[in-house]
Amino acid sequence: MAVEATTGAELILTRRSFRSFMSEVFGPLLQVFLFVVGSAVALGGVVILLAVVLRGTREDIDLLQGTITILPQVIVDGLVRGFLYATIALGYTMVYGVLEFINFAHGEIFMVGAFVGAFFGAALASSGMLTTINPILFVIAAVLLGMAVSGLLAMSVERIAYRPLRNAPRLVPLISAIGVSLVLQDVMRMIAVNTGLGFNAQFRTPDLGQPLVLAHMPIADERTIPVSVDSRSLIFIVVAILMLIGLNYLVNITKLGTAIRAVAQDRPTASLMGIDVNRVIAITFLIGGALGGAAGILFGMRVGTINPYVGFLPGLKAFTAAVLGGIGNITGAMVGGIVLGFLEAFVASYLSLFTRGQFSGASYADIVAFSILILILIFRPSGLLGEVVAQKV
Amino acid sequence: MPLLELKNVHTYYGNIHALKGISLSVEEGEIVTLIGSNGAGKSTTLRTISGLLRPRYGEILFKGERIDHLPPHKIVELGVIQVPEGRRIFPRLTVRENLEIGAFLRKDKAEIARDMERVFHLFPRLYERLNQRGGTLSGGEQQMLAIGRALMGRPRVLLLDEPSMGLAPVLVEQIFGIISDINAQGTTILLVEQNALMALAIAHRGYVLQTGEIVLADTAQALRENKLVQHAYLGVG
Ligand SMILES: Nc1ncnc2c1ncn2[C@@H]1O[C@H](COP(=O)(O)OP(=O)(O)OP(=O)(O)O)[C@@H](O)[C@H]1O
Ligand SMILES: [Mg+2]
Repeated sequence: MAVEATTGAELILTRRSFRSFMSEVFGPLLQVFLFVVGSAVALGGVVILLAVVLRGTREDIDLLQGTITILPQVIVDGLVRGFLYATIALGYTMVYGVLEFINFAHGEIFMVGAFVGAFFGAALASSGMLTTINPILFVIAAVLLGMAVSGLLAMSVERIAYRPLRNAPRLVPLISAIGVSLVLQDVMRMIAVNTGLGFNAQFRTPDLGQPLVLAHMPIADERTIPVSVDSRSLIFIVVAILMLIGLNYLVNITKLGTAIRAVAQDRPTASLMGIDVNRVIAITFLIGGALGGAAGILFGMRVGTINPYVGFLPGLKAFTAAVLGGIGNITGAMVGGIVLGFLEAFVASYLSLFTRGQFSGASYADIVAFSILILILIFRPSGLLGEVVAQKV
Repeated sequence: MPLLELKNVHTYYGNIHALKGISLSVEEGEIVTLIGSNGAGKSTTLRTISGLLRPRYGEILFKGERIDHLPPHKIVELGVIQVPEGRRIFPRLTVRENLEIGAFLRKDKAEIARDMERVFHLFPRLYERLNQRGGTLSGGEQQMLAIGRALMGRPRVLLLDEPSMGLAPVLVEQIFGIISDINAQGTTILLVEQNALMALAIAHRGYVLQTGEIVLADTAQALRENKLVQHAYLGVG
């Protein structure tokens, strides 16, 4: 009888692993995927509709054809921006989840990650290995290195600059975070300038291959144009998806992940379960920092040149993405990043097309994207998926 | 040597002097109850034992070793496990995850599974709600889950803070019966209660706490017959 009972319980435990693995790891990703498709379809529909409406006003070009021609590229751009913001936003949202604190230095953690990659590339170049190293190996090594350095850095920052202020009024750690962010910028500038990497550091990589042609899109008179993804964007998207799967597994399935969620929900009670709350908080910074570092590497690899201030804007936008998704909510951060990335990509490309180039460039993209963002938040103040935070007791 | 002992413990909230020299002891295998009215300092006593609060003076000993300088998770590691006031279920973890987190420090998978089985045996209702979020359980179910979660940690001493609070009379009977059973199976219990009648019915000994001080200490039977206790806490006379 007792033996039967035991196997019964063990059965429950094993069955759980498989079912919850599927629903808890891939459930959030499915949600992200739906938002990717939804954003692409919705925004694509809006621009095509606009093109149809405005078509008659333009003699210089066929607006509809122009709109459709660049659409695939815009979607890829949206994906890359989306995953960039999503991976950085996770760092903000996880830390907020456990501490209800906005780690404003997180953008600089990201920037340091990018510099780790630049140093790595430079080191390989000076030893002559950059041209011979397998590009996939290079990407893996650079990402892991960036994750390690940024993760440990984030953890040290928490230990030194935040933990001693844990019981101080809420504004105090915030000021400390801003201080850390300035220090990291200037220290990185000092290091970069004095090591010969330079203020505008080149992110050197081996040849990462040709753009991947996905399809040939027919345009007028039997001509076609290729729809392609450049290899750096592809690497970006693939690595980001792998990291999101890993994170969902870690947070939703493992014992450590359960502990992180327990600490986020009720810190004193978590300690009554035998959880070392300080350690869990440190690990949360480690994970968030590692994700930020990886995002930095991927970002640097894609843009090619970085400087010590590249963390500011992506950091700010990723923070916005985290709020948009519902701060404290991990799936929300991913979804918020995707939506913001798509908004930006669409506005950046199509605003210029529709206004004959009068409003071109990223600055206008920010205005429009952020106005839409404010609208979304007016109607959903707790963010797109914010119910989870609101439910918190 | 008592399993758990407090010697002249003083605890403050800022400059509020909440515990004014508490001394008590719990022997292995006992149920000891701590009764007192609202604000007497019962929860403060348990929070101090668990390390959530630091005593300003005094000593807390577990098996003769001082634990008053240890962080909460180290105290749990020793087997001193608390069911806090108001249940404090993790609202967004499922029932199963709440139980699993109770066994956070343990690695023996087979034994954990066996203990979970034991919890389901005590509280079949929890088994039916396995994948429901803790926050969506009824108050009574949450109390069951809170006790079950603590049992998952294999307590040497179980600290219970008002397990009967907000429960229907039938359920109160049931919960107290279960507490007796848990004790009969070898777990030492320190039980904080406002429901002095029930607490003194299952306890071996008891302490009466008044505004941060222990005013009476005796066997449960003697306390049940004590005029002051009858008047103030049992609603007699
Ligand atoms: N966080 C706090 N800050 C300041 N004072 C507190 C705090 N918690 C409790 N106190 C005070 O300490 C005293 C003891 O409180 P405690 O919670 O231990 O009482 P209790 O005996 O558990 O009461 P109850 O039966 O109502 O739960 C009370 O006077 C209370 O006001
Ligand atoms: Mg109390």
